[in-house]
Amino acid sequence: MEAIKTIELTKMYGQARGIDHLDLKVEAGDFFGFIGPNGAGKSTTIRTLLGLMRPTSGTGEIFGLDIVQQREMILQKTGYLPSEAIFYPNMKVKDILEFSSRLRKMDCQKEAKYLCERLQLDPFKKIETLSLGNRKKVAIVCALQHRPDLLILDEPTTGLDPLMQKVFFDILHERNQEGTTIFLSSHVLSEIQRHCTRAAIIREGKIIACDTIDVLAKTKAKRVNIHGSVAVDTLTGIRDLKEGKDTLSFLYSGDMLTLLHTLSTGDVQDLSISEPDLEEIFLHYYEKEENI
Amino acid sequence: MSIFKHELKRNQSSFLTWTLAIGSLLMICIILFPEMKDEMSGVNDIFSSMGSFTSAFGMDKLNFGTFIGYYAIECGNILGLGGAFYASLQAINMLSKEEKDKTAEFLLSHPVTRTRLVTEKLMALIFEITMMNLIIYLWAMIVILIIKEELPLAQMNLLHLSYYFMQIELTGICFGISAWMKRGNMGIGIGIAMTMYLLNLIANLTTSVSFLKYITPFGYCDGANVVSLGHLEGIKIFIGMIFCTLSVLYAYIKYIRKDIY
Repeated sequence: MEAIKTIELTKMYGQARGIDHLDLKVEAGDFFGFIGPNGAGKSTTIRTLLGLMRPTSGTGEIFGLDIVQQREMILQKTGYLPSEAIFYPNMKVKDILEFSSRLRKMDCQKEAKYLCERLQLDPFKKIETLSLGNRKKVAIVCALQHRPDLLILDEPTTGLDPLMQKVFFDILHERNQEGTTIFLSSHVLSEIQRHCTRAAIIREGKIIACDTIDVLAKTKAKRVNIHGSVAVDTLTGIRDLKEGKDTLSFLYSGDMLTLLHTLSTGDVQDLSISEPDLEEIFLHYYEKEENI
Repeated sequence: MSIFKHELKRNQSSFLTWTLAIGSLLMICIILFPEMKDEMSGVNDIFSSMGSFTSAFGMDKLNFGTFIGYYAIECGNILGLGGAFYASLQAINMLSKEEKDKTAEFLLSHPVTRTRLVTEKLMALIFEITMMNLIIYLWAMIVILIIKEELPLAQMNLLHLSYYFMQIELTGICFGISAWMKRGNMGIGIGIAMTMYLLNLIANLTTSVSFLKYITPFGYCDGANVVSLGHLEGIKIFIGMIFCTLSVLYAYIKYIRKDIY
């Protein structure tokens, strides 16, 4: 069963594009990454899925429920961690958490207490006295305390220190093991690469790639680093070319044999051909589109 | 009812501040009456011979020397204007403040229908306005008894009831605007209350624009009119409640479809 499924989902802001005929599928139980730079439509996708905005056209479903017609049933099963953790400043942390669980008509005290302890969050502090990181922790507890089937996280780690990030991802992995679907939107690629099993890349409101992290990272492109001097102008399929004094580095997605032939004609003192990291893949996807 | 309760808690301090402010001003005004009464015979002549100023505030229709005449004009302005400002400001912010303070995302990512949200917020508004009016009404009676004036209960009921209707109408109108706005704007709230008040003064000045009295809610809670007529003006209130209802309906329709950024 799909946790998230959109068909040609479109959201326009007047004339401006938000998302454009977006097709996205996330299987239940996935730890899914959603990658894209600022303004690509990540938050718009999430807000439309959660019913904060109405789609201009197209449809979306969460656990088979329609995002426009069955919004409340969806939200009951969903935990959302917004990128900006903003609450009522005069309220105490525990009052916010209680208010949130009352809006869900649930009693989440036990889970809230457990999460606060694990994240080292003082529930008796007032929101207005909290730092960005601590506000983020409140948002995390709000998103998790009712043990939702689907977690939608929008840039979850901004403001969290590395130790807390680890605790946070530990919790996410535990939840994922228990069957919770996790949808992690981020532009921190290492985060996605480390934690997610599948990912989609969004660019200008459209999904341009969606697969397992392994497949995404194993595109034909390789990172080629050369120490020495070779004329590579004749090669096709070169991207991200960086030339130093005695060095040459580029992403190569052309024919391997041609590459080896070309390299053998030059003066190569040292050579490495490696898998590019997701960061480079990401650039690769973006530049590929731009070349068209 | 979580949002209703949450809203009451949130507005507690502004509720107390406004109630206290209006209550104290009203009290001062009432306490001043016994002193004024002795000098009233002269004052009455002056007040009733100030031309258009006299008619603007309805002082041609009332005897300033009687307590109810004094109460209808002096206290009426305090409760009328104060209540109108309070109602407008609360209502204009009620829905839009969630977007202004960026808490809308938190609130609306919970399983709460927009209809429920609008309803509970509207109930909170009406509850606050009603409580404020009840407290002021009881308080005014207590102060009147303290200064040992005779309690003009029938006229007071009419006056306070008409102010209540006026505040409810302004609440409804501003609530509709609140659903439409993306940012809270106190200026619009004060502007609406002030404009409505001035429209009534203008309508009092010249009969050629007396139709304005059917537009502004101050048309049916003009103390001088209410006291001299001895009953409420049903048609004007009815028209006012239609404005109010339409605006509230608009708030529902608009807010249910509104995009939250």
